[in-house]
Amino acid sequence: MIVRILERGQFRLPDDLHGRLNELDNAVAAAVAAGDEDAFSSAFGALIEFVQEAGEPVADSELVTSDHVLPHPETTLEEAREAFAGEGAIPG
Amino acid sequence: MAGLMSRFTTLFKVKANKALDKAEDPGETLDYSYQKQLEMLQKVKRGVADVVTAKKRLQLQTAKLEESVVKLDGQAKTALAGGREDLARTALERKALIQGQLQGLDQQIAGLEQQQQNLLEQEQRLSAKVEAFRTQKEVVKAQYSAAEASVRIGEATTGLGEEMSDVGMALQRAQDKTDQMQARAAAVNELVDTGALDDLTAPAGDDLDRQIASLTAGGQVDAELAKMKAELGTGAPAGELSAASAADAEPAPAPSTDAGEEAKG
Repeated sequence: MIVRILERGQFRLPDDLHGRLNELDNAVAAAVAAGDEDAFSSAFGALIEFVQEAGEPVADSELVTSDHVLPHPETTLEEAREAFAGEGAIPG
Repeated sequence: MAGLMSRFTTLFKVKANKALDKAEDPGETLDYSYQKQLEMLQKVKRGVADVVTAKKRLQLQTAKLEESVVKLDGQAKTALAGGREDLARTALERKALIQGQLQGLDQQIAGLEQQQQNLLEQEQRLSAKVEAFRTQKEVVKAQYSAAEASVRIGEATTGLGEEMSDVGMALQRAQDKTDQMQARAAAVNELVDTGALDDLTAPAGDDLDRQIASLTAGGQVDAELAKMKAELGTGAPAGELSAASAADAEPAPAPSTDAGEEAKG
């Protein structure tokens, strides 16, 4: 599967890591729901790190669509909350 | 609750598809896309240049503030030597205030530096992808009818559409950041130019002002005054110093306003 991290490019991950990816993603969602700043920054950091470590960067010359897209690594709890509310996080 | 990733993926793809939908005629899609890609590359280059400009402006401001610190320090010494502790205190208060600003500027410059690096990497990536797209486009156009060509190159088009949206959002973010910094830099300039010390130590509206207020209220100024006194030799009867040096330090009696004028230069 292909995962894009905004401002960092795309990464190709083995499909069998999907379960782990979902676990990490759910932890982020839980932190957003709880409005817990510390929990969010560690859960989101872990998710970004996992994608970068477990994945291989897609070559610059390769044009593929992403299966999943993550916001840029400096995303704040507030911005993540806006993504759930469906506004703001995607300008324009 | 769905994960952040699935939520964000949906939002992002809606945006990326919107950007692609603009060319209605499939025969034109490929060339239209390529045109858009070149425009986006130009925008990224301008974006990088804007960030560099903002960074340079902050660096200049830093240099200017550093000069003020040295100058105020000298003024404080002169004032104290002339027996004017009140004026020395005012000069040191202003110095502490400017030092607080300098710390903030350092962080901002580091932030812009990071942003510049990110944009440069994205520019490089986009540039390579645009070139890959151009090659594929020429190959399929030579082999297929225009309508079929755009279907054949579909994956490449959406892949690049994502890249363009990604870069577009990064540019917007960089723009917002440099705007914020310019507004703050202007506020700092005003502070230095007007010597608005009294206003800033009054109950303040934002975090920065509060930080400055607490800084000047803290023991730093007292400690520096004591240190300067020690350097001058505590035994020296300050009042006995020559009228000339007192006059250098400050001709008029009203302390804070005049020290502000003095510090202006």
